[in-house]
Order: sequence, then C-alpha cells, then structure tokens
Amino acid sequence: MSDKQPAVTQATLVKKAAPKSDYKPADVSPQRRVQRTFAVRLWSIRHSRLLEWFYSRFADAFLLLHPLWKGIGYGRVEAPVKFVEKRVKGFMFDCRMCGQCVLSSTGMSCPMNCPKQLRNGPCGGVRANGNCEVEPDMPCVWVKAWEGSRNMVHGDKILTVQKPVDQSLRETSAWLRVTAQAAAARETSQTPGASA
Amino acid sequence: MNARQRDENPAGIHLPLDPLPGHTSRGRLERVLRRGEFAVTTELNPPDSADPEDVYNRAKIFDGWVDAINAVDASGANCHMSSVGICALLTRMGYAPIMQIACRDKNRIAIQGDVLGGAAMGVANMLCLTGDGVQAGDQPGAKPVFDLDSMSLLETIRIMRDNGKFLSGRKLTTPPQVFLGCAVNPFAPPYDFRPIHLGKKIAAGAQFAQTQYCFDVPMFKAFMQKARDLGHTEKLFLLCGVGPLASAKTAKWIRSNVPGIHIPDAVIKRLEGAQDQKKEGKQLCIDIINEVKEIPGVAGIHVMAYRQEEYVAEIVDESGVLKGRQPWKREIRRDDQLVAQRLDHILHDEITETQVDMVKTAH
Repeated sequence: MSDKQPAVTQATLVKKAAPKSDYKPADVSPQRRVQRTFAVRLWSIRHSRLLEWFYSRFADAFLLLHPLWKGIGYGRVEAPVKFVEKRVKGFMFDCRMCGQCVLSSTGMSCPMNCPKQLRNGPCGGVRANGNCEVEPDMPCVWVKAWEGSRNMVHGDKILTVQKPVDQSLRETSAWLRVTAQAAAARETSQTPGASA
Repeated sequence: MNARQRDENPAGIHLPLDPLPGHTSRGRLERVLRRGEFAVTTELNPPDSADPEDVYNRAKIFDGWVDAINAVDASGANCHMSSVGICALLTRMGYAPIMQIACRDKNRIAIQGDVLGGAAMGVANMLCLTGDGVQAGDQPGAKPVFDLDSMSLLETIRIMRDNGKFLSGRKLTTPPQVFLGCAVNPFAPPYDFRPIHLGKKIAAGAQFAQTQYCFDVPMFKAFMQKARDLGHTEKLFLLCGVGPLASAKTAKWIRSNVPGIHIPDAVIKRLEGAQDQKKEGKQLCIDIINEVKEIPGVAGIHVMAYRQEEYVAEIVDESGVLKGRQPWKREIRRDDQLVAQRLDHILHDEITETQVDMVKTAH
C-alpha cells in the first residue's frame, strides 16, 4: 500500500461498477435477511440459564415419551414435531434447522446465524463494538454466545470442539434425534447391567 | 562459508529432511521453533499473474531473513494466485512455505485433497483459517462456503496426520506430515474469551499460532499473561504479527475498513507527527518488535509488510531478533553449476547434437 491511495481497492471498484438501481436490499448476508427482529434472540441469550433449566426438563420429558414415539413410529411423528420445533426454536433463537442443535453449548445463541456459520468460536473480524464484520448492525453471534454461556450452569460446554455440520441432516428434527440417541444410549448402558 | 546449511537435505533442497523424534513435520520451521530459536516468518504478496517468475522474485527479497513464508489463500476474499500454486513453486525452489487454507472457498472434500497435494509437494506447515467474508473482497457475489471452520479444519488435518484417516474414516496410505498452525486475534472482542478460544484451538491440533497485527502492546501483554496462566505457551509456539504502516492515512483507512485490525490513536498520532511517515512506520514496527520479543511465551514474529516487502529484511535486521543467526537461504550448489555450464554449452556453442553426428564422432 506504499504508493497507491489506500481508499481505492479492487473491492471498491467492483462496488462502484455495480449497476445503479432504486432497489437497494437491506443487509449483506442471507443469514441476516431471514432473521426476525433480534429482540427475542437476545432475550433468550440473557435468560440462557432459565432456558438451560427448562430444556433439560423438556429433554427428559421427551425421552419419557420415547415408547410413544416408537409406538407411533419416529417417521410418522417427524412432520408434526418438526413443524412445532421449527416454529418454537425459530421464534426463540432464529433457528436455522441444521438438525444438530448445539444451543446448550453456545450460550443459547444459534451459531448458524453467523454469516460464516462458525460453530467453534468467533472469527478474527469482530468489530471493536462487538458487532459482526459482515453485518455492521448485528451483534456478533459469538460475543453473545460467550455472554450467554457465562450465565449457564454447564456454560463450559462452549469449550468442546464441535464437529463440522453434517449438511445431510439439515431440515430434520434435532429433538427427535437427541431423544432417539439418548434412548439408545440408555438401553446399551442397561443391558450389561441387567445381565450382570 | 561453503559448509552445508543447517536444516537442508544434502541430497537436494527440494527433498524433505529426515524426521526428528517428537517432530510432526519434516520442515525447517518446526526445527527452528523446537530448538528454541526466535523464528521469523513473513507473507508473500500473491501475484495476479500466471508467471512463476513473479513468485520467485517476490520470495527472493526474503532470502536469508525469514524461516518460513506464508502463501496466502485469497486474503481479504480477493482473487490471486492460489496458495497451493504458490506452494508448488516455492517448494520447488527449496523455500519453506506455510500453506494457508481458508474455509471460505472450499468444502471438506476439496480441502482434504489440497492437504494431501500440498504435503506431497513438500509443504511442511499449514495454517488453518476461517477466511474473510466474501463481501470484503472483489467478488462479493461469490458463494461463501464455510463448510468447515478453522477449528474443525485443524481437527480434520490432525486426524489425517495422526490417525492416517480422512474425516470419513477411509484410510490414507501415507499420512501428511505437517506442522499445524492457527491464527489468533487478541485485539478483537470478546477479549476474555480469546485466550480460552486459543486453548480450544490447541485441543483441536494447533502447534503454532500467528497473531493479527499487533499495534497495542499493553493489550497483547494482557493476552499473553492469560495465555501463560492457562499454560498455552508450553503447548504452542506463538508468533506475534507485526508490520509497518505506510502512513497515518493508511492506518486510518485500515482501521475503518479492514476487519479485526486494532490501531490505537497513539499510533496514528505518532505517524501524523513524523516528518517522514513511511520511515516512522518502519521505526514503529521495530519498536513494537523490540517490546514483544521480551514478552515471555513469544516464540517469534510474523512480519506482514503488504506492498512494502522490501522493508522486511531491514526490519528484521534492525530489530536484531535473529541474534546473528542466518535463516536458510537458497545458495548455488555444485550440481547447479554443472547444469548451468552444460546449458550454456548447448545454448551458445555452435554444435549439432544429433544422434547420427554423435555416432560419427564416437568412432
């Protein structure tokens, strides 16, 4: 950047060359455009401890109903459960239905709302005011996640390294998956105990 | 001194070194760091051209001053020669490149393939990055991939190296031997999470880290204090990112336009007050190096002199961080001279080297 004027980068030229139009869409990323007003999302992060408590009761209740889900068939209940899950989590967290929910490890701040969809922590571009590098008016999902996790009993789950998202599980129910997995884990832990 | 340079394969500069116990790569950078020497790395400004000479010329000015050269992967989301391409050229010439991999442009299938390809070319160091968002660059309409993030990328390469497997579990016949790096930015919020986040990266597989530009030394010291308390500096070699600012105007522009770079007002004031701002920028960089090299746990520096690459040698020299040590540099070897003589003979002497003539002269 020694001799040239720093204000004119290639990116600036590209932006200037873009065709002029009266319609200038709001925001930069699709992640932001499909978000509801983020008041509820931020409320959920502020009350992460309450939600953590509630979710653990809720997960237990769902697990108790495992025989019912199995009786009706997980395949049959998928559509109605997904319908409810999508709306409830969508309202509370702006859920993106990745199908592998990590909200309890991320301070109740959904990482799929990050324009880079980072699931393991903030990128290096967070603005000094704590806002996103891509969306200047949006608080960084991970700054909020860190704040939320500090309120939670098991907030240190934020330290576990998350596996990459399995894209083939998108638009599926995380509730049913977690329940079925917990039920399977319970059965395998009980079987050797019963035989011994 | 005609003796062979330290950390060079006697059979040829393009060949990997013998593995050392406890080392995960066959590279020079890992050797330098594990010997406890203060390492110096830098960044090659990627050319917008298909001419290999551009890469060689840009690497040549670092000769004898740096231990490794970062081959950037479309930094700032702008199109340039790919990091794989730059690494292919640099390894051919015996340089030690650090191949940067950004998650923005490639999914896990492409990335794992590039890791194998890079390692096969002799790349011994890989730096795992998330990458800037596409909106920052010259192709804002591109699809942002971000299939992996820097953390899962570290873990993926660690699994490939240590377990000899792809993410899918399929076996590799020869795992890549690489020294794994990550980036840290101690100068962006959430400040108290950053040192803990670095711990997470170590758990995922990071062995060295390069920081974002450091212009605020007290802030960096506070970060290092926390990192030391958490025991990170024993598990990871941390290289502090530094670089010269060309002028106060550039500094202001960077501050408001480049995400994640924190420049305090004092720095801008110092530049504005100077007669020769460019010289002052260089001096400021040297002053910062002299401060950070004394901080316990700092294993080296990473000099990023974008478009001022000619200053890297001066900065390294004047700050005295090498303490008289000379990093590896490309030198003419005996067989190179033989090849050159032979080529000279073929190109300039009037000879006809057809098989028929050769048979005649042989009798």
